[in-house]
Amino acid sequence: MIMKPHITRRSFCAGVAGVAATSVFAKPALAQGPARIVVIGGGFGGASAARALRIADPKLHVTLVEPNPIFTACPFSNGVIADERAIEDQQFTYEKVAAAGITIAATSAVKIDTHIRSVGLADGKSLSYDRLILSPGIDFRFDALPGYDEAATEKMPHAYKAGPQTLLLRKQLEAMPDGGLFVMSVPANPFRCPPGPYERASLIAYYFKTKKPNSKILILDAKDAFSKKGLFEQAWKDLYPGMIEWVSQAKGGQVVEVDPATNTFVTDFSKHVAQVGNVIPPQKAGTIAEIAGAVDKSGWCPIDPVTFESKLVRFVHVIGDACIAGGMPKSAFSANAQAKACAQAVADLIAGRKPVTPKLINTCYSLVAPDYGFSVAGVYAPKDGLLADIEGAGGVSPLDVPHSFREEEALYAKSWYQTITTEAFG
Amino acid sequence: MLRLGVSLTVAAMWAMPASAASKPPPGATACSGCHAVTAVASPAVPRLYGQSADSIMTAMTEFREGTRPSTVMKRIAKGFTDDELRPLAAWFAAQK
Repeated sequence: MIMKPHITRRSFCAGVAGVAATSVFAKPALAQGPARIVVIGGGFGGASAARALRIADPKLHVTLVEPNPIFTACPFSNGVIADERAIEDQQFTYEKVAAAGITIAATSAVKIDTHIRSVGLADGKSLSYDRLILSPGIDFRFDALPGYDEAATEKMPHAYKAGPQTLLLRKQLEAMPDGGLFVMSVPANPFRCPPGPYERASLIAYYFKTKKPNSKILILDAKDAFSKKGLFEQAWKDLYPGMIEWVSQAKGGQVVEVDPATNTFVTDFSKHVAQVGNVIPPQKAGTIAEIAGAVDKSGWCPIDPVTFESKLVRFVHVIGDACIAGGMPKSAFSANAQAKACAQAVADLIAGRKPVTPKLINTCYSLVAPDYGFSVAGVYAPKDGLLADIEGAGGVSPLDVPHSFREEEALYAKSWYQTITTEAFG
Repeated sequence: MLRLGVSLTVAAMWAMPASAASKPPPGATACSGCHAVTAVASPAVPRLYGQSADSIMTAMTEFREGTRPSTVMKRIAKGFTDDELRPLAAWFAAQK
């Protein structure tokens, strides 16, 4: 979701006045009546958190702040780019969320005063909270890659927030003549959905193999390794021999500049002109987290691994892609699991109970063809202030297995999508 | 060994009150990313709610040991001890 902050001089001054007027040990914003929880961001994290709060304690008054009436999911959106799925298969409304007794504020949060515990909305209203959950996802760092600003996304799409950008990339691939070159640049860690770029390259290869078999794919990477690398490389060799070239950082793969006018990717050693160029830009926590003061110099949000409360601002919890979750990757599965753990902790804190130490799971499936999938999984628990991998658990799918194993994981991938979108939105 | 594990589990169940309304034990809510809470028509992944605690314990133990074939469950089951699994199994059994 894209939050568009508009901080005016007046709202900034009001924030400063708030600091002076309230003590650090402020009383709950509303000592009377049901506790008020505001959730900002209606993605997998925010929608799941809002619903889990109502399950954990049906007395809680929960408001979900989300300006878009329709959510477009990123998982499986690479299938839309590859012409295998319709964008409508990615889209969900908030009707069922509202039916669960959650108030939907269909506008953007533009200001957060963590001292008086109030969220300022773009429509001029404000919401008081006892506890605030931020699930803003990512925003792009348009200052990080020379040549790649917001205007450039119309020429060289990122397609890393699903929606019009997804369709733009598909349209460009459809218009590309056979024998063309598709170039993708991938940022350094951390970023949303670590295996996502490589799944995208695989599914575009699937599209090329059937529709434009003389075309090539070049992946320019700012890293020397990537999620499920062995599995992807094995699949590329088996399914798309000679079609995909991956250039590591050590081999000069890091893109240092782009020129949208000519679709050019510039590295330290060479220039690559693409017929279709896909720039996955460096990322940071969604802007509203910065406005809340929950972001550290890394661009992400440090959190307590038991409660997901910000280490920088009290009564503010951060979940999903925006938080620093230790071993947990930035995935929809992680966001959903964190949302439920955080909701339980928030309900406990509101009730004056000690939050239980959580245990979390992540499973990320990638498809390299519609019937060929594999996964990475992990189990996590708090350790040394972070969510750490449980040693001996987790890992990636095995390399040497029959095709039926890949088919089974492709089936589980589809089942996962169905289940998680139903839990969050259905 | 397995038989002993199961009978210990059953013994533990008696001492452990778990009701549909009780708080989910650590790890329980993470399962519903894949294992649906609501009933679905033809699930590729089984629903855990309402399954017997014994069958959940047996499945998780066998996944962990590798004696029951799986794709991802072996990797996940290895992250849970028996002491963590018992309350999970009891809680799932108590859900409808």
